[in-house]
Amino acid sequence: MDAIRTEGLTKHYKVGFWRPRPYVALDNLNLSVGQGEVFGFLGPNGAGKTTTLKLLMQLIYPTSGYAEILGKPVGDVAVKQRIGYLPENPYFYDNLTAEELLIYFARMFGCSASEGRARASRLLDEVGIGAERRFQLRKFSKGMVQRVGIAQALINEPELVFLDEPMSGLDPLGRREVRELILRLRDRGCTVFFSSHVLSDAEALCSRVAIVAKGRLAASGSLDELTAVGSRGWELVVSGLTPDVLKRLMPRLTRATPLGDGRYSLELPPSTAPEPLIAELCGARVVSLNPLRGTLEDVFVEQVKATGSGARLMEKVAS
Amino acid sequence: MRAIAIIAGGVFRDSIRDRIGYGLVFFSIMLMASSFLLAQLTAGQDVKIIKDLGLAAASAIGLFIAIFFGIGLVTKEVERRSIYSLLSKPVTRTQFVLGKYLGLVMTLLINLSVMAAAFYGVLLYLDFTTLDGAKVAWEAPALDPRMLKAFALIGVELMLITATAIFFSTFSSPFLSVAMTFAVYIIGHFGEDLKNLNAIVKSVVLPYITKGVYYVMPNLTALDVKSAVVHGLPVSGSSMLLATASCLVYITTLLVGSILIFSRRDLK
Repeated sequence: MDAIRTEGLTKHYKVGFWRPRPYVALDNLNLSVGQGEVFGFLGPNGAGKTTTLKLLMQLIYPTSGYAEILGKPVGDVAVKQRIGYLPENPYFYDNLTAEELLIYFARMFGCSASEGRARASRLLDEVGIGAERRFQLRKFSKGMVQRVGIAQALINEPELVFLDEPMSGLDPLGRREVRELILRLRDRGCTVFFSSHVLSDAEALCSRVAIVAKGRLAASGSLDELTAVGSRGWELVVSGLTPDVLKRLMPRLTRATPLGDGRYSLELPPSTAPEPLIAELCGARVVSLNPLRGTLEDVFVEQVKATGSGARLMEKVAS
Repeated sequence: MRAIAIIAGGVFRDSIRDRIGYGLVFFSIMLMASSFLLAQLTAGQDVKIIKDLGLAAASAIGLFIAIFFGIGLVTKEVERRSIYSLLSKPVTRTQFVLGKYLGLVMTLLINLSVMAAAFYGVLLYLDFTTLDGAKVAWEAPALDPRMLKAFALIGVELMLITATAIFFSTFSSPFLSVAMTFAVYIIGHFGEDLKNLNAIVKSVVLPYITKGVYYVMPNLTALDVKSAVVHGLPVSGSSMLLATASCLVYITTLLVGSILIFSRRDLK
């Protein structure tokens, strides 16, 4: 059973006052996330990441399509008992303290006041909220509210947690702590689904990622799969290469860079197999041969560009 | 039921810490106390003035809290997005609406009780400091328990206004919600005039419209016994029960409507 599964999930909004037209916020999203995965949901601003999370939390309703969480339709109260959610830029009740807020949420999961207090205390320690936990939330900075938001998402010790831009508003230390927290959740067997446009976070944490752009799923898979798709060929390092041989090989190379001491770095395009070229080295020695892999950033930029500049207003798409 | 109680408790805790709420109740109590000074200027009418002003202050402050806090219950949660975290917990939208409503009703009833206690405190002081001979001029005793009936019906009215405010706030902007809730309050208090508009207006169509509005809108005049209790007139239990039952039907209808609308709403 997948932790999350969506089929053709689509959301249109009406835009325009006099003549409302549907705006495609999310278009036919098919996604599956396995249990125990740390899944990165990536995309530029306005790509449809938050819309997807809101659909999964049933804060908004789909125009068409279907989604299920832990094998049950979204919105099922029994499922909500097993999940956690951090909204983007969270906001809580000004007049409550961080501790009271967490106890309030813990009680919704059936915890007694004392159990709620114990969980609140442990989680606030974990996210780095110290004596401030007794302050009203109106006095909290953005980063501190974000930390409280992460704590409330974990108050029920969820099997699956949704984090919408979890690093937003955090200082470098906070970002590192949240990364470590996500890895600890993974080690406990918790599935983590987080949206971000910070690719380094995804590279550091995710077992699989999906890239959305302009409301459409542009790519999904493991980091290895995605970066292999974006492979830029091979890098062959040789020593003892004569100028004549180099001249003969040049038409088949992307680039040849002298490294000193008679060594060259030869870059081969993906279309050129390295084996025949090695056979033609005429006595030169192969030092190393490595695939030139793209970074997640390369894949991201490539996929986002590939979605083009097509309008998301249905009327224009139709025309 | 548990989720409703927890949400109601949260609203109660949040609102009793709200400085505006405190300020309003304090203002009301100060108004009641100052009415004592005003009453000194009018021989024989002192107790009536204190009762009039006290009941009016309790009603007006309660109305203000019911409308502005009632509308904020849903709109503030949605605008500030605090609802996102709440609805991701094992809570349905029905439980959300009912919990919010009951939380504010609880706050209002406690505020009303505080105001009633302060009101009786002022009257007790008046009763204590007035000579027995002067009390003969009073239409009703200072500590007349019948005034509790007026407070009870103010409570019922505030419950209805809170339900109205929540209903409008589930589908319209805060400004419109305030305007429409206030309109319901005004129409509810001038229902009889609307019903009999044909006696003073020559139009053929307009009286039908106003009569239609009269039958649809709640009749809040039935809940207004302030004048009767101030003058020591009897207020029958059956008329109170009938007015309360009628309001409960409206409250139920408004809450069901709120739940139906809010359950289908996209929380963008």
